[in-house]
Amino acid sequence: MSPKTLYDKIWDAHLAHEADDGTCLLYIDRHLVHEVTSPQAFEGLRMSGRKVRAPEKTIAVPDHNVPTTLDRADATTMTEDSRIQVNALDTNAKEFGIHYYPVSDVRQGIVHIVGPEQGWTLPGMTVVCGDSHTATHGAFGSLAHGIGTSEVEHVLATQTLIQKKSKNMKVEITGKLAHGVTAKDITMAVIGKTGTAGGTGYVIEYCGEAIRELSMEGRMTVCNMAIEGGARAGLIAPDEKTFEYCMGRPHAPKGAQWEAALTWWKTLFSDEDAYWDEILVIKAEDIAPLVTWGTSPEDVLPITALVPSADSFTGGKVEAAQRALDYMGLKAGQPLSEVEIDTVFIGSCTNGRIEDLRAAAEILKGKKVKDGIRAMIVPGSGLVRAQAEEEGLADIFKDAGFEWRLAGCSMCLAMNPDQLAPAERCAATSNRNFEGRQGRGGRTHLMSPGMAAAAAITGKLTDVREMM
Amino acid sequence: MEKFNTLTGIAAPMPLINIDTDMIIPKQFLKTIKRSGLGVNLFDEMRYDDDRNEIPTFVLNQDAYRDAQIIIAGDNFGCGSSREHAPWAIADFGITCVIAPSFADIFYNNCFKNGILPIALPQEQIDVLMKDAEKGANARMTVDIEEQTVTTSDGEVFKFEVDTFKKHCLMQGLDDIGLTMEKSASIDTFEAAAQTQRPWV
Ligand code: SF4
Repeated sequence: MSPKTLYDKIWDAHLAHEADDGTCLLYIDRHLVHEVTSPQAFEGLRMSGRKVRAPEKTIAVPDHNVPTTLDRADATTMTEDSRIQVNALDTNAKEFGIHYYPVSDVRQGIVHIVGPEQGWTLPGMTVVCGDSHTATHGAFGSLAHGIGTSEVEHVLATQTLIQKKSKNMKVEITGKLAHGVTAKDITMAVIGKTGTAGGTGYVIEYCGEAIRELSMEGRMTVCNMAIEGGARAGLIAPDEKTFEYCMGRPHAPKGAQWEAALTWWKTLFSDEDAYWDEILVIKAEDIAPLVTWGTSPEDVLPITALVPSADSFTGGKVEAAQRALDYMGLKAGQPLSEVEIDTVFIGSCTNGRIEDLRAAAEILKGKKVKDGIRAMIVPGSGLVRAQAEEEGLADIFKDAGFEWRLAGCSMCLAMNPDQLAPAERCAATSNRNFEGRQGRGGRTHLMSPGMAAAAAITGKLTDVREMM
Repeated sequence: MEKFNTLTGIAAPMPLINIDTDMIIPKQFLKTIKRSGLGVNLFDEMRYDDDRNEIPTFVLNQDAYRDAQIIIAGDNFGCGSSREHAPWAIADFGITCVIAPSFADIFYNNCFKNGILPIALPQEQIDVLMKDAEKGANARMTVDIEEQTVTTSDGEVFKFEVDTFKKHCLMQGLDDIGLTMEKSASIDTFEAAAQTQRPWV
C-alpha cells in the first residue's frame, strides 16, 4: 500500500461516494450546530419536508449570542433578535430530535469546547459545524472544518458533504518552547510565516516535538487558528495524551468498544514516507511571546518588537498595513510594549479552557488589575467555570479585579452585549483582530492568556516573561 | 436558485487585500433567521458613518457603482468566518460575480450555493480589470460562464477556471441536496459498513 498522510487515512475511511469528475461525498460523523448559522438551514429542511438524517450524530448548543453576565437567566438580558435566534435553536433541537445543551445546562458553552469535553469529538472522525473554528477539533486527529449554512442544511439532510480533496501540508515545530511561550504563540507564529492565505487549499498537520509536548488544550489552541492561516483544517495525530483525554468522557466508547476504537486510533498517523505538497519547519526556540499589531491575524510580532511601518511591506500589503495602522491608532517605530490598553478579554474557543485559566491565574495571583482597566474572564463552558471555581482560580481572578463570567463566545465577536467602544483597545486571547470584530471601531491585539493577564496588571502590552 | 449564464454589468473596483467576512457583513446583522434583506448592510462599516449616513468615498455609494453586479478585489477575498450571510448580503445587493486573485476556501464554496460566481485570476489580469472597473458605469464587463471568460469593456478576454460540477450546478440553478439524495443508496451502504467497522461513532 502506498504511504498515506493522516488526512488521507481519515478521508479514505469516510468516502461514501466518488463521482467520475472527482467530486466526493464525505460521510460526517459529528455535526455540531449553534444558533447563528443554523436557523436558515432548519427552515430549509422544513420547507422541503426533509428530516435530519442522523439526529444522534447532531449536537446543538447556543453560544454566540448568549449573555455571559450572572443574571442571564433573566431573558431581558438578551436583545430581541438574539432571543429569537436562541429560541429558534431551542425549537429546532426539539422538533428535529437532536442532542441539545440549553443555556440553563451547566454543560453549555462554546460549541468547540463542549464537543471535546463531552466526548463527541474523537480521533479519526469527520466533524463539521457552521463555524470556521471547527478546525479546533483537529487536535484529536479528527478531520474538522467549518461549513456555510447551505452545507449545514446539506449535512442535516444527508449526513454527507460534497468535497474535493485538499492538498497536504506538514508544519513541524521542532525542539522545545522557551519559558513563557505557549500554544497560542506557536499558532500565531505559523500564521505570521504563511500569511492568512498561505494555507488555502491545504489541510495542515502539525507535528514535531513541541506539538507532542503540548497538552490537549494546547493542541486545540493550535488547530483552532488553522483557519486563520486559510487552511481547510488543522490536524494533530492522536497519541496517549489524546486517548487519556477521551477516556471516560460521557460520549466516548466504553468497554470492548473502547478497545476496538483504540486499536483503530493507533493506526492514525502519517506514514514515514508519505507525500507532502508543502512542508514548513519552525524551530520552537525561535518563537517568542507574540502579539498582533494590525487587523489581520498574520500581523504578528514578538512583544519586544516595534510597530512596523507600512512601507516595510510589499504589494497590496503596503496599503493594507497603512489602513491597519490608522485603524489601530499606532505609529511606526513605537515599541509594542508601550502600547496602552483599555480592556482585557480572556476567553473564546482559542483560549477559554482550564489550562488557559490556570496560565492567567498564575500571573494574576496576588496582583491587581490596573486602575481604569476593564477586565473579564469568560470560561469556555459551564464545566470549565465549575472546575476553575473548584481549583480556586475564580477567587484569584475576582481578587485581582476581573469580572468572572458565565460561558459563551462573549467579546470574541461581540454578538452579545460584551463589546468594545470605538477606539477602545483590547488585549484579547481570541483569534480574530479584524476591523470591528469586537465592536465597531474597537482595536484588538491577539495574544496568549498569560500575556493578556500581564497586560491587565500593567495596563499596556507586556512581556509575560517579566512577570514570571 | 437563479440560473447563472452570461452577465454583462458594472464592476466595482475594491483594490484591498484580505477583505474579510466581518467587513462584508458585520456580526450585528447575523442575528436574522432569514436569508434575505442583508443587501442594505453589505460592507456596512465601510459604507455608513456612525449616524448611518453614506460615506461618499466608498465605492458602492458612488452613483456610477450603485448598480454594480460585479466586484473586482484584492487577494484572499472572503477570509474569516464561515457565515453564509456574506454571500447572502452580496447576492441581495445584486452582485453575482466576484473577481479576485484568490478567495478564502469556505467563502468560495458558499458563493456557488447562492448563485454567485467567484472567479480567481492572476494578479496581472486583475490589475487590467481593476483599471477597467475604475472607468465607471459606462464600462461594462461581460462574464460568460459557459465559455469561462471575462471580457473587459475594451474587448480584452481572460479565460478562467471553474470546477465542472460547480459550473453545472450554477448554470442549472441546481439544489445540491436534491442531487446528493439521489445517491442515498451509496450513503446507506457506507453507513451500514461504517456501523460494523466503527460501531462507537
Ligand atoms: S469563541 Fe469566537 S471564534 Fe470561537 S466560536 Fe465563538 S465567536 Fe467563533
